[in-house]
Amino acid sequence: MIRTPLRPLARILKAREKGENPDAIEAENIRLRREDVRDKSRMRAEGRLLVMGAMFALAYGAIGVRMGALAGTVPEEPQSTVVGNPIFGQRADIVDRNGRILATNLDTHALYAHPRDMVDPEQTARELAAIFPELKVDQLVRDFTGTRKFVWIRRQLSPEQMQQVHDIGSPGLVFGPREMRLYPNGAIAAHILGGASYGREGVASAEVIGVAGVERKFDEYLRDPANEGAPLELSIDLTIQAAAEEVLAGGMSIMNAKGAASVLMDVHTGEIISMVSLPDFDPNKRPQVLLTGDQSDSPLFNRAVQGVYELGSTFKIFAVAQAMELGLINPETMINTKGPLQWGKFRIRDFHDYGAQLSATDVIVQSSNIGTARIAMQIGAERQQEFLRSLGFMEATPVELQEAPSGAPLLPRNWSELSTMTISYGHGLSSSPLHLATAYSSLLNGGTRVYPTLLHRENRQTGPRIVRAEISERSRDMLRQVVSRGTASFGEVEGYEVGGKTGTADKPKENGGGYYKDKVIATFASVFPANDPQYVLIVTFDEPSENSGSEPRRTAGWTAVPVAAEMIRRVAPLLGLRPQVDRTEPIGVTLTSN
Amino acid sequence: MRSILFVLAGLMVMGLAFWSYQENYKTRDVISDVRSLHGQIGSNHERLGMLRAEWAYLNRPDRLSDLAELNFERLGLLPLMPNAFGRVDQVIYPIPDVLPIIVPIEVGSTPAPVDGEEAL
Repeated sequence: MIRTPLRPLARILKAREKGENPDAIEAENIRLRREDVRDKSRMRAEGRLLVMGAMFALAYGAIGVRMGALAGTVPEEPQSTVVGNPIFGQRADIVDRNGRILATNLDTHALYAHPRDMVDPEQTARELAAIFPELKVDQLVRDFTGTRKFVWIRRQLSPEQMQQVHDIGSPGLVFGPREMRLYPNGAIAAHILGGASYGREGVASAEVIGVAGVERKFDEYLRDPANEGAPLELSIDLTIQAAAEEVLAGGMSIMNAKGAASVLMDVHTGEIISMVSLPDFDPNKRPQVLLTGDQSDSPLFNRAVQGVYELGSTFKIFAVAQAMELGLINPETMINTKGPLQWGKFRIRDFHDYGAQLSATDVIVQSSNIGTARIAMQIGAERQQEFLRSLGFMEATPVELQEAPSGAPLLPRNWSELSTMTISYGHGLSSSPLHLATAYSSLLNGGTRVYPTLLHRENRQTGPRIVRAEISERSRDMLRQVVSRGTASFGEVEGYEVGGKTGTADKPKENGGGYYKDKVIATFASVFPANDPQYVLIVTFDEPSENSGSEPRRTAGWTAVPVAAEMIRRVAPLLGLRPQVDRTEPIGVTLTSN
Repeated sequence: MRSILFVLAGLMVMGLAFWSYQENYKTRDVISDVRSLHGQIGSNHERLGMLRAEWAYLNRPDRLSDLAELNFERLGLLPLMPNAFGRVDQVIYPIPDVLPIIVPIEVGSTPAPVDGEEAL
């Protein structure tokens, strides 16, 4: 850059010649130079403003465009991370105590139709009816040719049926994915599992909901994704349940019974290892609920939990155990059994005449109603009620089944002295076999209350004490003698020291007014092994009649006891109980080493 | 001196921009990988569930007892009874060789071949 001097010599000399002030030239030059500087800085400032403006315009423009784009598109969840596992959306499995599957899910398809997309509705209807015999051609044609835009055809399809429907090739037939509840073991444990059906249904999916049993009781747990698919583990043992059902079904047909129930319970944990009610059903094809008549005739009815019966002499042990606990008697105390025992116009009789007196043990062993009634009179109504309440006979069982509350016991409206006497031998109070199993477990496990449960538990229950440990031991000695020399002699199973009490109760007439002469509920409540109780087994038959002899025999000793013995024979080895055999010589194993 | 700093800062910005651009794409790749893995896990779960259901169905007690009955002559299987318990000295030793299985049962549970893959 050429710098102009402030006082150029040529101009100064010229100015001096003319007599002008040379300083004016300098001042002029300074002014020009300042103007120059000012112009430059303005230019720069203007340029900066321009860039700034452009930047702002760009920034706001970008924001504007983005906002417009966001407003103009469909909202979408940002997926920068993949949270959670989408797999556990299914209903959880139900497994037995060893992890064998009792209920699981199967993927299948539902079939629905869009009649407007159909090319030849009538032909389609005919072909569909050929695949599914339960569909009617007329109904389908009416549905397809009417005004309907959407028709459900089937909720579940097998893969073969799906292929056949594919082969029809009609564009109006559409499949939707479905999850189906599968009970692979069929009717085994049907009453415990209950069943499932569809709740809210859509084209893309449907809710599977439990309708009965544990499926209903644990519906929320089974559907909760927070459990990450962890199965529901029941206390049931599938193998034992199957064996028990097989034996009970065989026994039911031999004894010509209308129904049967059995409960096998761990006396320490209260776990129900098997619970059978016959007749049963297949939960995969759950039958309809009866709309008329007696619900207990339906196969859906769970006799072990919902069926409340007068369980007869099986109750006698409670009266005797309580009297021993209260110190009123001991096993050797002689009880007056002279009959009949008159109370008002009511007479209590025994099955046989047992003479003038029996020891308390023999009252149980021979099953004397009179003897038990006399013991109950010593106890009194109030103490008896208290004791039965502590054993759980005053309310429905707390077992984890939807149906459990409907199995509430039937109690006398007015607990008179007569009620006290009859209840002591099991008449006048109706309860379910599960009540009985719970009470026997509580009495015989050492004397602490257990609560029945269908969930797998490792630990013993530590409930309140019912009776002292030695009373529990004396009770099981008495029960053992019932089998070894009393009314349940068919109950002997070699190696397992079965103890138990029979009970045969006449069935009350449905319309009131007394009891049937030829219809009974026969029950055998047993415990094994009696020297160290592990399990309680209750077997109940509804209207059994054993016809091999000259006249039908209906007492529990002839009906329930042999079946229970067979069941113990089958089930005890499966429970891992080794038979206790008297050994004459020690095990001949020689330890060696090399 | 200052201009060198400006240049360096500019280069750094460019470098960071390039790095973040690459990271962004890597992340997207990983997310789509995870998604496809989840899909695979899901379908494997379905397969597993189906196989479990089939296993449970084939091992249902009714069928097993029928099979034990059908094959009684060959296998001699009986329900477990108390007399099945023995003593240690009743166990034979040495254990005789088990006869080889002559007619093996094929179990078709291998996954279906993917397109282009040779069926095994």
